[in-house]
Amino acid sequence: MLRYTVRRCGHLLVVVAALSVLLFAWLRSLPGGPVSALLGDRATTQSRAQLTAALGLDQPIPVQYLRFLGRAATGDFGVSTGVAPGASALSILLQRLPATVELAVLAILLAVAVGIPLGYLAARRRGGWLDGTAVIASLVGVAVPVFFLAFLLKFVFAVHLGWLPTSGRQSAGIDATRVTGFFVLDGLLTREWDAAGDAVAHLVLPALALSTIPGAVIFRITRAAVLDVLDEDYVRTAHAKGLTAAVIRRRHVLRNALLPVVTTIGLQTGALLSGAVLTERVFAYQGVGQALALGFERRDYAVLQVLIIAAAMCYVLVNLVVDLSYALIDPRLSA
Amino acid sequence: MALMTRSRMTRPARPRPRATRFAALLFAGALAVSLAACAKSQRGEDEGAADAGGSGGTLTFGAAGAPHLFDPFYASDGETFRVSRQIFEGLVGFAPGSSTLQPELATRWSSSADGRTWTFTLRPGVKFQDGTDFNADAVCANFTRWFTQTGVGQNPALSYYWIENFGGFADHAKPSLFDSCATAGASTAIVTLTRATGKFPSLLALPSFSMQSPAAMARYEANNVAAQGESFSYPPYAQEHPTGTGPFVFAGYDQASGTITLRRFDGYWGAKAKLDRLIFRIIPDEKARLQALQAGDIDGYDLPNPGDWPILRGGGFNLLVRDPFDVMYVGITQKNNPALRDLRVRQALAYAIDRATLVSAALPEGSQVAREFYPDTVDGWARDVQQYSYDPQRARDLLRQAGASNLTVNFSWPTEVSRPYLPNPQRIFGAIKEDLELAGVTVNPVSKPWNGGYLDDVDNARADLFLLGWTGDYNSPDNFIGTFFGTLQNRFWLEAAPWGAALVDELHAADAEPDKQTRTRMYQQINRELMGEYLPAVPISHSPSAIVVNKRVKGLVQSPLTAEKFAPVSLSG
Repeated sequence: MLRYTVRRCGHLLVVVAALSVLLFAWLRSLPGGPVSALLGDRATTQSRAQLTAALGLDQPIPVQYLRFLGRAATGDFGVSTGVAPGASALSILLQRLPATVELAVLAILLAVAVGIPLGYLAARRRGGWLDGTAVIASLVGVAVPVFFLAFLLKFVFAVHLGWLPTSGRQSAGIDATRVTGFFVLDGLLTREWDAAGDAVAHLVLPALALSTIPGAVIFRITRAAVLDVLDEDYVRTAHAKGLTAAVIRRRHVLRNALLPVVTTIGLQTGALLSGAVLTERVFAYQGVGQALALGFERRDYAVLQVLIIAAAMCYVLVNLVVDLSYALIDPRLSA
Repeated sequence: MALMTRSRMTRPARPRPRATRFAALLFAGALAVSLAACAKSQRGEDEGAADAGGSGGTLTFGAAGAPHLFDPFYASDGETFRVSRQIFEGLVGFAPGSSTLQPELATRWSSSADGRTWTFTLRPGVKFQDGTDFNADAVCANFTRWFTQTGVGQNPALSYYWIENFGGFADHAKPSLFDSCATAGASTAIVTLTRATGKFPSLLALPSFSMQSPAAMARYEANNVAAQGESFSYPPYAQEHPTGTGPFVFAGYDQASGTITLRRFDGYWGAKAKLDRLIFRIIPDEKARLQALQAGDIDGYDLPNPGDWPILRGGGFNLLVRDPFDVMYVGITQKNNPALRDLRVRQALAYAIDRATLVSAALPEGSQVAREFYPDTVDGWARDVQQYSYDPQRARDLLRQAGASNLTVNFSWPTEVSRPYLPNPQRIFGAIKEDLELAGVTVNPVSKPWNGGYLDDVDNARADLFLLGWTGDYNSPDNFIGTFFGTLQNRFWLEAAPWGAALVDELHAADAEPDKQTRTRMYQQINRELMGEYLPAVPISHSPSAIVVNKRVKGLVQSPLTAEKFAPVSLSG
């Protein structure tokens, strides 16, 4: 197990190294760049040239990359030019990561809390009204674009009804104490209940919007997996042996059906970032997704490099965790 | 895997022992308790500070982006300036709602006959927010700081407004407008320039030339900017300790929640701010700002999309439309397309564009057709310049006379942007393209994102025609036409024009004329030549922008220079 984990971590390093080269070259091949973003419509031919030289952007890309590596080795991943000008790209990641993790965790918890039980119940009552309704709802959940749903939720519950805030992570008037960067956790730790409640209120709509696609996918996979397992010989044998329905459900049906579901949860967690780009943008939520969108718009090389590499690392790590969890769910795989 | 197998062999799969679970729970509990102990709420002190001195409430204003920094000298972006204007003041300022100069930290000023020596009488009893005195020494310390920038401090991305207005620095690598600053007692500062200029002292009303506390700047290393990788790193002063004399004091920038908080400065020399706190909340998406206003999450925001103006008015919000102080033009680059070097061809383009219809159909209410390159509120505007009323037949005739009946142009327009002078680039481009085609011009559209190649193309004179504009910084013709046409190698590539050098010289001469009336006449003459003999671009429109607030907000006066101040603002209800 340890060797396997170490090997997978080695893969992670290879992925990061390859990605950093490709990303560095690709970003600089895009038209425009930080010079336009910094100088805007007040630039002149001369000022552009002066700034390009000052930032070293007139050097060949391999030279720029080697300089980047040299700085990165000392922990300097560059400074933002557009997302939060003057702030280090790493600090932007560290500041925004808790926001996106908070959002993603709530979204995936919602998706799991709804998707697995509903998928299980729908499979057990196949063809019933619950099954039919849930299947149609899941189709809608997969088909509706995240940004549209986000706009819809925001319009109805925030703008029209005024039940929840429209944007951000915390209301402007709240002087909350920051501890971990996870606003809900910070509110609980400091016993600033209003701050914690306010942070939860800001999370509800984006998390709901973000959870629909993973929730629908988890539902469908759970339902299909449970249907497959219910037809298996060993389930019939268990019934024949006289095991109680509860024991059969827990030991034989759910446990076996969960394998593809866990894989799906892992993949969906990784894919949440793409949904977060849209959702965070709509809700002006200060997370990694919003920073990515702004970074592209303003050609913020340093921030894009750090965020994309971090996102890739997260994706690989989540899948590593999923692979390792197989062994816990199905002991045969670790044999 | 092998290790795991061995483990399974010795310990069969079964639920985790209770003792382990209990230990884990205990550890998590202890961690939470210790974190909670470390993380004791600091709110008590903050609230006390917030409530001290009044009950004017908190106004939350939606900002479109993060300020680049809080030291206005190194900034040129609107979001930095919006915050800076509340914290800092200059020697001179703008009267509310206009571009007229008025006293601020200087109560009066006068110049020598040659326009080179300026004497400022300073307001007595003014203190910086760190408790130090504002006096003539502080004024000269600020001028000296600007003039003695070195290294990256001289980069146009940082000291843009100094370079644009004063030129060079103390190293004399380039000529500088600034010569010296001297004091005559605590309340008189004498600034000497190397030549007369029409834009002085108006340019001192720019936020970049605000007076900052010399003590705070020294303590927090205000000049310690550095190139770091592909950007700049800023010193603690610019990030956490901006210190001016204004009615609000910087209280903090919470990047995690995207809010900048200012508090009322109770030691302010003038009428104290009515608000306790002023919060700028960063909401980059324009639609999200609109919805935040509608939901009551913010009290106002700047530059609402003109398409939303009816919705905002219908929703009972107070839409404050500014007087136009900008220009949108179709730029013509004479570098690549030889046909465009012929005045008749450029005039044909001007006659071909139906500017009146464009302004009424595609630009916000209150927009005007531009007769020249700046609005009539700016000095030197001439009434008797050549006009180009819509006349496609005349355009075709001119093209024929110039031997350019088959004229083809690459016309660049930007995507992913909306500017106050260019609220809907696609629609504006579409209308102009249609007009040009009606006059027989073949148009090759070239669209690129604003920061994704468009500005690169325009600034490097790669486009034949392009859409661009300018929002004025202060009331000076040089701020418009001096910026556009004051050099030869620019967007219009005046180097290729036989009159390019003459225009540059005329602009410099007018700016250096100390007598106001003579200077005005010189600019009027330049405007006549620009529209009749040169026509390096086709001015299209002057369009207003707006700022919107909810009905609770009272006392906000919109400024044509987007220089709104929040000190007189109060909240009702």
